[in-house]
Amino acid sequence: MRKVKIAGVGLIRVSEYWDKPIQSLFAEASMKSMKDAGIDAVDKVYVSNMGGSLMQDQLNLAAVMADSLGTPGLPATRIEAGSASGGVAFHEAVQAVASGYSDAVMVTGVEKLSDILPEVVTTGLAMAEEQEYTAYTGVTKAGIAAMIHRLYMDLYATPEEVCMMAVKSHEHAVGCKHAQYPFKMSLQRAMSSPMEADPIHMMECSGIGDGAASLILVPADDEGVEVAGTAVSTDYTSIAARQDPLEMKAIKTAADRAYKMAKIKATDIDLAEVQDDFSINGVLGIEGLGLAKPGKGAKLVNSDDVDKEGKIPVNTFGGLKARGNPLGATGIYQLAEIAWQLQGKAGDHQIPDAKIGVAENMGGMASICAVNVLRRADK
Amino acid sequence: MSVPRYWRNEVPRYRLQGEECSQCGAKYFPTRPVCKCGSTDFKPYKLAERGEVVTWTTISSAPTGFEKYVPYVVALIELEDGCKVLSQVVDIAPDAVEAGLKVEAVFRKVKEDGKEGILQYGYKFRPVVE
Repeated sequence: MRKVKIAGVGLIRVSEYWDKPIQSLFAEASMKSMKDAGIDAVDKVYVSNMGGSLMQDQLNLAAVMADSLGTPGLPATRIEAGSASGGVAFHEAVQAVASGYSDAVMVTGVEKLSDILPEVVTTGLAMAEEQEYTAYTGVTKAGIAAMIHRLYMDLYATPEEVCMMAVKSHEHAVGCKHAQYPFKMSLQRAMSSPMEADPIHMMECSGIGDGAASLILVPADDEGVEVAGTAVSTDYTSIAARQDPLEMKAIKTAADRAYKMAKIKATDIDLAEVQDDFSINGVLGIEGLGLAKPGKGAKLVNSDDVDKEGKIPVNTFGGLKARGNPLGATGIYQLAEIAWQLQGKAGDHQIPDAKIGVAENMGGMASICAVNVLRRADK
Repeated sequence: MSVPRYWRNEVPRYRLQGEECSQCGAKYFPTRPVCKCGSTDFKPYKLAERGEVVTWTTISSAPTGFEKYVPYVVALIELEDGCKVLSQVVDIAPDAVEAGLKVEAVFRKVKEDGKEGILQYGYKFRPVVE
């Protein structure tokens, strides 16, 4: 198996692009990553997208996206794994290069939520849950996270301590050029916002945004940013089927596999991106990655350890909450941001001497999770 | 919701019926093709109709088809036989729901598919009156 490196990074600001079709977002991010890699062709394209079939009525998205690049003949595959589409697509793209089958692979995540009404987004998000017995109850994605949030608070943390996950992500987004919401949000502001699904407040949820992010993968050459570990795991989709609903097994299993492949321990990690689409999910992501013991994630978030100068900075460009959460593109944004950190190109967001970064990207309520570990190569 | 998708779920949803693995005795609701023990041999299993609330939420932003029920409560319920189900909890003010609340299954309308679509029914849970 060949080692794989990230040769190019490209992304656009998460925003609401009323005037542009999904093709434009895809092409813009893709062209940027090719330019960054200094290449003008790839031999395989992975498209990560969750909701195009609902939001743009578009199936066969791989062909439509490849078409937007103007070069007929490209092999293209669309990966859909709910909110984990990006991390899972990256996992597949790495294997294409590692196997020797492809030499220059583009993986571009794209999502355009502004084409539909907000209430349809709620329906779309619930489509990542099993339909006939879970979604049938009328529960939403926020609703499932809320039930877990309540269990977590009963045992481990106050509402404010969990909410700090969202506050910290906003702090980290200040000055970020590609963030949808690059401003601070106070704890008081978040805790006084209306309930989205009790006990989750609206300001503890990621918003609705369009985005595209792209990476170019090639065989490694002992320079730049390497893929040290990559893993995906699944779990029973319904929290009712899990022995302990608070245990997000898919995150932990994926993390264990990715760390084993990278030959690292959680304590070796210099920075992390976690799936804070709801504040509780960010906390559970931190625990699943082993950065805090079970039940101690909220405490870690409330310490300065997760800040830029801290022991383990988390969501250094604002995470899903503040950078934005264009579903199928989100996992690629996470990896693009880690790549910038390891390349020393993170500007005001730079973590000094960052060597190892990890991204946790989950779909459903951790019914699927991708964990990817990137490492700065030592010459 | 297409007719076949609705029709094939009538028995489990109307009777709260799942399956029990003939090999290891594991109980499933909804049913699944393969047991965790690897067996594919199941027999029908009628779930307990009483249980208690483990955790819950109040849905304020609803998916399509559920808008007119807002706000409504969805809970994770542990039944007396140890099975867990997700369900709406009705006939109670959202503020009055709490962990440990005793509930029982009840047959209710779930939603309507527009003006001419299927009227969908199924189980919800309501507080037990002792």
